[in-house]
Amino acid sequence: MFKRIDSNQNINLNTHTVDIIFEGQTLPVPAGISVAAALLFVDAGFNRESAISGSPRSSYCMMGVCFECLVEIDGKLSQRGCQTEVLQGMSINRQVLTLKAGF
Amino acid sequence: MESEFETLVIGGGLVGASVAMGIASKGRSVAVLDGGDSDFRASRGNFGLTWVQGKGAENPAYARLNIFGAGLWPSFSEELEGATGVPIGYRKPGGLEFCLTEQEWIDRSEEMRLVSHHTDGEFTYEMLDHDEVKKRVPLISDSVLGASYSPHDGHLNPLYLLRALQQNMISLGCRYLPNQKVASVIRDQDGFKLHTKDRQFFADRIVLCCGLDNSRLAQQLGMHIPVEPVRGQLLVTERVAPFLSMPSLQVRQTCEGTLQIGDSHEHTDLDDGTSLSMITKIASRAVKIFPHLENVHLNRAWGALRIMTPDGLPVYHQSEQYPGAFAVSCHSGVTLSVVHAGMVADWICGSEPHHLINAFSADRFNV
Ligand SMILES: Cc1cc2nc3c(=O)[nH]c(=O)nc-3n(C[C@H](O)[C@H](O)[C@H](O)COP(=O)(O)OP(=O)(O)OC[C@H]3O[C@@H](n4cnc5c(N)ncnc54)[C@H](O)[C@@H]3O)c2cc1C
Ligand code: FES
Repeated sequence: MFKRIDSNQNINLNTHTVDIIFEGQTLPVPAGISVAAALLFVDAGFNRESAISGSPRSSYCMMGVCFECLVEIDGKLSQRGCQTEVLQGMSINRQVLTLKAGF
Repeated sequence: MESEFETLVIGGGLVGASVAMGIASKGRSVAVLDGGDSDFRASRGNFGLTWVQGKGAENPAYARLNIFGAGLWPSFSEELEGATGVPIGYRKPGGLEFCLTEQEWIDRSEEMRLVSHHTDGEFTYEMLDHDEVKKRVPLISDSVLGASYSPHDGHLNPLYLLRALQQNMISLGCRYLPNQKVASVIRDQDGFKLHTKDRQFFADRIVLCCGLDNSRLAQQLGMHIPVEPVRGQLLVTERVAPFLSMPSLQVRQTCEGTLQIGDSHEHTDLDDGTSLSMITKIASRAVKIFPHLENVHLNRAWGALRIMTPDGLPVYHQSEQYPGAFAVSCHSGVTLSVVHAGMVADWICGSEPHHLINAFSADRFNV
């Protein structure tokens, strides 16, 4: 599993953070990191359910190739969290069996 | 290195691999000379349907050949998976062809009626109105007027099918020689002599199964096998939750959840690329049928060239001038794989041609 090299205490949350809204909850995270890293940082657990089995998934490659980090960002589905930088006020939701909603 | 075989199959795509597997299964000496990755290879770029409905509306023999093949598919796929352990993913839920206009509905009804007529009712089908389609596929839009349904259609993973056929032909004793593109073939008193870039091969029988290159090699043996490329573009989406239980000519959902979308026909000579205008057209039609696809992402698109005869029918031909020289060409090599591994291989091994393939000699082009 991924672990931060520095511990959370070392990050100065007062000067270098942005607020993301994850599943409706406002959370400060370090500025400049990716959405995937931010979700790991806040211990979000899983970020999506797989489309077929519904199993909970979390980021894996952190470099844009595995598509495990898909999340809904500002209303847009299937965004790769590891390829998107966190921005102030960004709204991020888990992606759960999206098309089931159509039934 | 061995260079003499009873039978040499030229081309190791779906057609060549099916034929070679059938020949090897009879314990006969056979090898496949295949080209390389830069060749045009329909077998690596197709849609994966085992499709029967509508086929042969204008040619009774073709209708009968297809319905016969469709009946064999379930056991064929089971045997192939059992022998190789390769999961080709064959499923036969039946197929739908959506009608978006009155005219499409009228034409489709007539096509289906003809195919049923030609096969003495063996081909069964239903014309479904909007509500009936919606019962089977709830996410269709209101612009779908209806659909034709036939229980004979199915689909599979065409790349796994190719791999399974090649693996099985090899384990049945067939030699597979890649990167041996045949440049020329002649017939002398000893038999057929074939040249590749750096080798020579000899055989008593040869079977031309090299896709778009069939015309060129056939000509060297005095056979006229006209084939031309017809490009199809295909799109593949990200995985989505299962919503489409049956394949259609335009959209199918794979076991993995991705959608394959396609069915374009363009005459672009040997250009197997993609174009934004066609990708847009294909995607728009899919969204017209299934509006919820609007927000689904495309992962890939590619073009591939169909191997098309002037009348769209397959060719099963043996040279009159040089008996033992065969040619097989078709644009439905997934669907007909079962026929090629069976009755076509039997015929090449010396049996009388089965009446279902007898109608497809290339003599029909010499008029
Ligand atoms: C877009 C598209 C969608 C399709 N969808 C379907 C479908 O849903 N269902 C269906 O049944 N069919 C479908 N088809 C058709 C099917 O893919 C083809 O009929 C089938 O792949 C043809 O196989 P083949 O072995 O004749 O040709 P190819 O796959 O082209 O194989 C020819 C082989 O011969 C080799 N070769 C070429 N020249 C030489 C030479 N001189 N010497 C030695 N080897 C040579 C090549 O390297 C290649 O391996 C589709 C085709 C396309 C393009
Ligand atoms: S974690 Fe693999 S693509 Fe984002």
